[in-house]
Amino acid sequence: MGWPVIATALTDLFHGFEVAFEPHNLMFCFIGVLVGNMVGVLPGMGPLATISILLPLTFGIKPVGAILMLAGVMYGAQYGGAICSILLNLPCHPPHAVTCLDGFPMTKQGRGGVALGVTVFASFVGASWGITEMIFLAPVLVKVALEFGPAEICSLMLLGLLAGSTLARGSPVKGVAMTVLGLMLGIVGTDIETGAERFTFGMTHLYDGIELIALALGLFGIGEFMNSVNQVSLVNTKYAKVRLRDMRPSKDDIKRSIFPMIRGTLVGSLCALIPGTGPTIASFVAYATEKKVSRTPELFGTGMIEGVVAPETSTHSSVQGDFIPTMSLGIPGDAVMALLLGALMIQGIVPGPQLISEHPDIFWGLVASFWIGNILLVILNVPLIGLWVKMLTIPYKYLYPSAMFFVCIGVYAANNDMFQVGETAVIGFVGYVLMRLGFHPAPILLGFVLGPRFEENFRRALLISRGDLAVFVERPISAVFIGLCVLLIALQVFVRLRPKKNGRTVPQTALESAE
Amino acid sequence: MILFGLVMALKGPSYRLGTLMHMGPGFLPTALGVILICLGIAIAGSALTVAEGEDEDLLPANREWFAWGCILASPLAFMLFGALGGMIPGTFACVFVAALGDRDATLKSMLALSAVVTFFGVLLFSYILQIPMPVLRWGGL
Repeated sequence: MGWPVIATALTDLFHGFEVAFEPHNLMFCFIGVLVGNMVGVLPGMGPLATISILLPLTFGIKPVGAILMLAGVMYGAQYGGAICSILLNLPCHPPHAVTCLDGFPMTKQGRGGVALGVTVFASFVGASWGITEMIFLAPVLVKVALEFGPAEICSLMLLGLLAGSTLARGSPVKGVAMTVLGLMLGIVGTDIETGAERFTFGMTHLYDGIELIALALGLFGIGEFMNSVNQVSLVNTKYAKVRLRDMRPSKDDIKRSIFPMIRGTLVGSLCALIPGTGPTIASFVAYATEKKVSRTPELFGTGMIEGVVAPETSTHSSVQGDFIPTMSLGIPGDAVMALLLGALMIQGIVPGPQLISEHPDIFWGLVASFWIGNILLVILNVPLIGLWVKMLTIPYKYLYPSAMFFVCIGVYAANNDMFQVGETAVIGFVGYVLMRLGFHPAPILLGFVLGPRFEENFRRALLISRGDLAVFVERPISAVFIGLCVLLIALQVFVRLRPKKNGRTVPQTALESAE
Repeated sequence: MILFGLVMALKGPSYRLGTLMHMGPGFLPTALGVILICLGIAIAGSALTVAEGEDEDLLPANREWFAWGCILASPLAFMLFGALGGMIPGTFACVFVAALGDRDATLKSMLALSAVVTFFGVLLFSYILQIPMPVLRWGGL
């Protein structure tokens, strides 16, 4: 390792830029970030729903273009979300909820433009660090991961699933229950090894399993629409007029932002490395850190620029960092990543450590497109803020029926099968009921995408060990992963049982209200 | 919250159905089924212990039965009309039924929206993306 790895990484990155600069790839990247930026501003349309809706449209595109576009939606939405939080005090997306605390007061003081300008810059810094991390860390991780046998892969997946479901949002037990449900949904269909039909209830349509698109659109499309229909939201656009001139921060602002930016980046990249702690956690941790470090913590919430910069930087750094385990190990950290992996699988690409060596154009093209996409976003954001704010006034009553059509035709087009449209409706209904019961549907998708591979490796590991379960503890790397799983569970139980003493800190309550 | 516990208790046995399968392909489903039952009990248990005090409602503050029904009926309308008459009626019905759910929807705005979405939808999916679905036909299935 050492220099040769870095040198190869740089050459490969160069190749990636060639791929990403191909005209049609550039176009898809542009469409992706533009759409992402737009939905980031619109409340009630998250990146998950958007990626699910766009997913069927990508069947006709080559895998590289498809993944560039879908990933673009993902990080483009992060830029859009900040606009909403700062100018309108609407936490459209959970990672940006904490930005409202200081972002909106700044807007009220007439400094919204400055907040936005600094945010755009901070986001870019955070994202750049995340990408750099990806360039150098992913190949190293892959080197390690290629040594993994089925037992290691299996325990790693277990850790990923557990972390993804317990650390994310809401009650950990409910999260795990949802992951298990997702794993079970992944079982539906014909068994890969024996050809036996499982849970098909005699329906021929279910022999191929549940369609990923039907699941994603049902849970995050229809479920979300049911959640937001007729919810009267008062959008206050009084402060939302921002001129380009207002966006330039003063020298003092820049000076105050530098250290929060660095701290935010560190927090974000750390959170990205721990599976399951996505951008939402990162932004709240960054805000809390900033408050602790500050000499004037009581001023937070009144429009402190540090309180805007730190969470935004960490969000972006962690969004980009989330791609590392997804692309190098094939273990998605959250539902969006799981969906992107699913998109790759639909294109016939097997995720896992071999992805980088077998499809270098996809991996390095994606990395290169991150740079391009982020630069595009910085350029786009400045003139388009006004337009996005106007878009907020589009009534939901026009938005969701049109989106319903995209859901229907998208699911139909995936396999030219009407049955799956019905499947989506049923999943949407179940997903909504679960959501109302306080179960977050995101872990279902995580379990669903990983399920078949988990089962395959689990069986293979047991086949090699002749049915001896001890194989998972005897192999050292696998034992470490299992140990981490146990530690994670123990920690959760400990947190649960500890008596609540001094009430809850601000970020925690804010986190809950954001859900 | 008690209702919530009840729902979980009712759900438990229905998961059990999936656990009975022959050993080979049925091993993982069985294991998962058992885990899920345990989790269900844990959730129901914790739901029962905090039943007092916390007042969480299963339904949101405003109950939009009609709107929810419309949203769920919309894909069904797409299936029915799409299979019977092709893409144009399918799309139109789908958007129309979904738009019906909004509280201040007017007939005119619904018709206009459906027409616009149908026009662009058919243009995009049928002509540009070449989805093999008949645009218009009579009494198929």
